[in-house]
Amino acid sequence: MMTERQQSAVLAKLAEKFGEAVVSTHSDFGDDTALVRRERIVEICTFLRDDPACLFDFAMDLTGVDYLGETPRFEVVYHLYSLEKKHRVRIKVRLHEDDPTIDSVVSVWPGLNWYEREAYDMYGIVFRNHPNLIRILMYEAFVGHPLRKDYPKAKRQPTVGPQE
Amino acid sequence: MAVGDRPKDAPPGGGYALTTLEAMIAWGRKYSIYPFTFATACCGIEVMGAFGTHYDLSRFGAEVVRFSPRQADMLLVAGTVNYKMAPVLVRIYEQMLEPKWVVAMGACASSGGFYNNYSVLQGIDKIIPVDVYIPGCPPNPEGIIDAVVILQKMMETGAPRASERWPIKI
Ligand code: SF4
Repeated sequence: MMTERQQSAVLAKLAEKFGEAVVSTHSDFGDDTALVRRERIVEICTFLRDDPACLFDFAMDLTGVDYLGETPRFEVVYHLYSLEKKHRVRIKVRLHEDDPTIDSVVSVWPGLNWYEREAYDMYGIVFRNHPNLIRILMYEAFVGHPLRKDYPKAKRQPTVGPQE
Repeated sequence: MAVGDRPKDAPPGGGYALTTLEAMIAWGRKYSIYPFTFATACCGIEVMGAFGTHYDLSRFGAEVVRFSPRQADMLLVAGTVNYKMAPVLVRIYEQMLEPKWVVAMGACASSGGFYNNYSVLQGIDKIIPVDVYIPGCPPNPEGIIDAVVILQKMMETGAPRASERWPIKI
């Protein structure tokens, strides 16, 4: 059975303002979701934070997804919440395997600093203009990005000596 | 330790025991093991159980837990050790004074356990020599007591320690 596709006010506004940069939207099961193009992500995020009808002042989560076998392969997901309006929206961006880069939104929500570092560490997604894009969980000598679906499970990493 | 029978013509009130210095030291060492617990995960809870009143590890002379590796001679590694923690474990091992013994407690410390993944060291014997492995996930406190008793036997008999057989590979 097809789910009835309805647009919430936020999604309608977003689609109206950014036109073809918003690839698709849906509100299935009450989750407002917009798939957008990566080129305008900073603009879109700034709009969502500042627009009086949106006011998404709380970036709850940012994560990466690896859809191995699909093109584009990677996805970055932003979960936003408005403490003022008490509503949520989910923004998704697809990234191609040969160029998994996207502009950092740390300038919009400073709290996403470590989330972007984690997505970089685990999926190898590069956030341009990030103030400090280094690994956050794995150590420097670690090779590869362990949450990529093609990371070999049995791969063993170098054991580093005592560190200062 | 060989204890001599009281000789027939011994002076009244006197007595003696024959032993060697090594046996004497081993006997003292055996009942004064100073453990250092390197507890990183759930196994650490069982260690607490073993030190607690019910199992009472002090019966075996191993109750004075040291929180400085420089004062300990038994390293009890209880829990999952990941690659990032490995350098810390090596440093702690190196800080302990000789002679020292290492116990790998539980599946994780012995072999990585079910964490066959990118972050977990597949057994601490990849980086430090291990004398006794305790199986289980987690092992029950009897397992720890058993390991201590095995160490006591090693100390008593002067059995070679793992570090004498395996050079440390980092
Ligand atoms: S062996 Fe089992 S109980 Fe012990 S640390 Fe590993 S998972 Fe936890």
